[in-house]
Amino acid sequence: MVKEGGNQAKIWRVRPEWPFLLFLVFAVAAYLGVLLLLVGANVLTVSWRQAGEVLKDPNIQHSIKLTFVTCTATAILSVLVSVPVGYLLSRYRFRGRALIDTLLDIPILLPPLIVGLSLLILFNRISPSASCWILAGGALAAAGWGFGRGENGIVPRFFTGGAIVFGFIAWAFGGSDHSLEEVVSEVGLPMTFHPLGVVLAQFPVAAAFAVRTMRTTFDQISPRYEDVAMTLGCNRGQAFMRVVLPLAGKGMVAAGTMAWARALGEFGPILIFAGATRGRTEVLATSVFLEINIGNLPGAAALSLLMIMLAVSTLLVVRFLAGRGGTV
Amino acid sequence: MLVLEEVTVQAGQFVLPPFSLEIAEGECVALMGPSGCGKTTLLETACGLRRGPAGGRIILGGDEVTNLPPGARGIGLVPQDVALFPSLKVREQLEFGPRLHGWNSVEIMQRVEGLARDLGLENLLERSPGKLSGGEARRVALGRALALRPRLLCLDEALTGLDEARHEEVLGVIRKMIEVEGVTALHVTHSKKEAEAIADRVVMME
Repeated sequence: MVKEGGNQAKIWRVRPEWPFLLFLVFAVAAYLGVLLLLVGANVLTVSWRQAGEVLKDPNIQHSIKLTFVTCTATAILSVLVSVPVGYLLSRYRFRGRALIDTLLDIPILLPPLIVGLSLLILFNRISPSASCWILAGGALAAAGWGFGRGENGIVPRFFTGGAIVFGFIAWAFGGSDHSLEEVVSEVGLPMTFHPLGVVLAQFPVAAAFAVRTMRTTFDQISPRYEDVAMTLGCNRGQAFMRVVLPLAGKGMVAAGTMAWARALGEFGPILIFAGATRGRTEVLATSVFLEINIGNLPGAAALSLLMIMLAVSTLLVVRFLAGRGGTV
Repeated sequence: MLVLEEVTVQAGQFVLPPFSLEIAEGECVALMGPSGCGKTTLLETACGLRRGPAGGRIILGGDEVTNLPPGARGIGLVPQDVALFPSLKVREQLEFGPRLHGWNSVEIMQRVEGLARDLGLENLLERSPGKLSGGEARRVALGRALALRPRLLCLDEALTGLDEARHEEVLGVIRKMIEVEGVTALHVTHSKKEAEAIADRVVMME
């Protein structure tokens, strides 16, 4: 009942929400405006005729082909690595997990040039013997850390075995003064300033993104499925193959797409490690760089637009998979 | 059939004090207790889904299974969230265990048809888990757990989340299947009514 003349409640005054809404719209519009201007600047710089000429250039056609091949190879390699790494990080709780998690992010955090420079030094200044000693030392440190914390399971023993194997290989290579590049070239897999090196230069960052995607994918798959599968007679590997992997299909496609898109945009490591030799190690990102270097701005803009279209297409694929119940 | 001898479990900060339990062959025991007392942890330890217990022994059908992997224990599990494999149809869910254990196709077919008949799943065999109701999903999970004729059936709050009508229906099916299959059962629940309706004996955890 409403009391008359008393201290009755009136309709409360609430400040209008339009200023906040306007602020949100302004922030989004400003950001999208910048992106639109970036794309628009390329569009205004290039004509259809110029774009056609650039795309008909045999060197550019080779660059497009090499981009597709290397990005696809990198994406496949990234998925192959990210599935076990993502699963391990998602399902197992062990000492050193946080450290591994941090190490896996290093390729994302490092300036791209440093990835390329590190690859260049590793393959051309460090001998296979030294590389193996580094790996043996790392494995020995991991094993020692595990044993030191009272672990006596298969993991520290695995690292001990790894240290012994790498130590033996380092000893076997001890007399050789060849570089790693010379050794891999001898077995038909040259890397430095070679198309294969493009894949190696794209791989570290692309794989880091794929690992993140796969880890999220596995986090979203209930471990209960594996529990039930194991009570029905599966070991962990069988449970993974029969139950988890079929559920991770969309996540794997998303991880591959993400790695593909990331590899497409890679430039610094490719330039340093694989070079930008026309018709040999040139990919789209380096083509843009080379076109700018020779003063062909419309050509560079045309290639930029092509890369933007490819990047947007791959993002749309990822979004589509996420919308269809994918775990991205 | 199942003997838990002074079983102690450590799971992170949680420590389950020594717990003993004996279940006779064909008996159905309901394990009750307040939330967080370790009912599910104990059930998972019995199933082998946690690292071997910190102490004590688990004996199943006269064999010590304390450190055996889950698949070697002969236990069927119906978890709280049912966990039907999303990529498999109902028939494939029921065939999963027998196929893994190398049964021949005639044995598998007979077993699946028998279970489908007893559980009222004949018309659902070609359905995906996403198209099943809560009650139907429970019946499929029960069939999957029983397909290998386990020595022990573990039900982990398997009726949680069902409305009253479905709850009664699934309760009836579980009771019937325990009788038909003659299986020993351990049923973790927090519902006294459910425990009394299904179990021969109720054990309280503190």
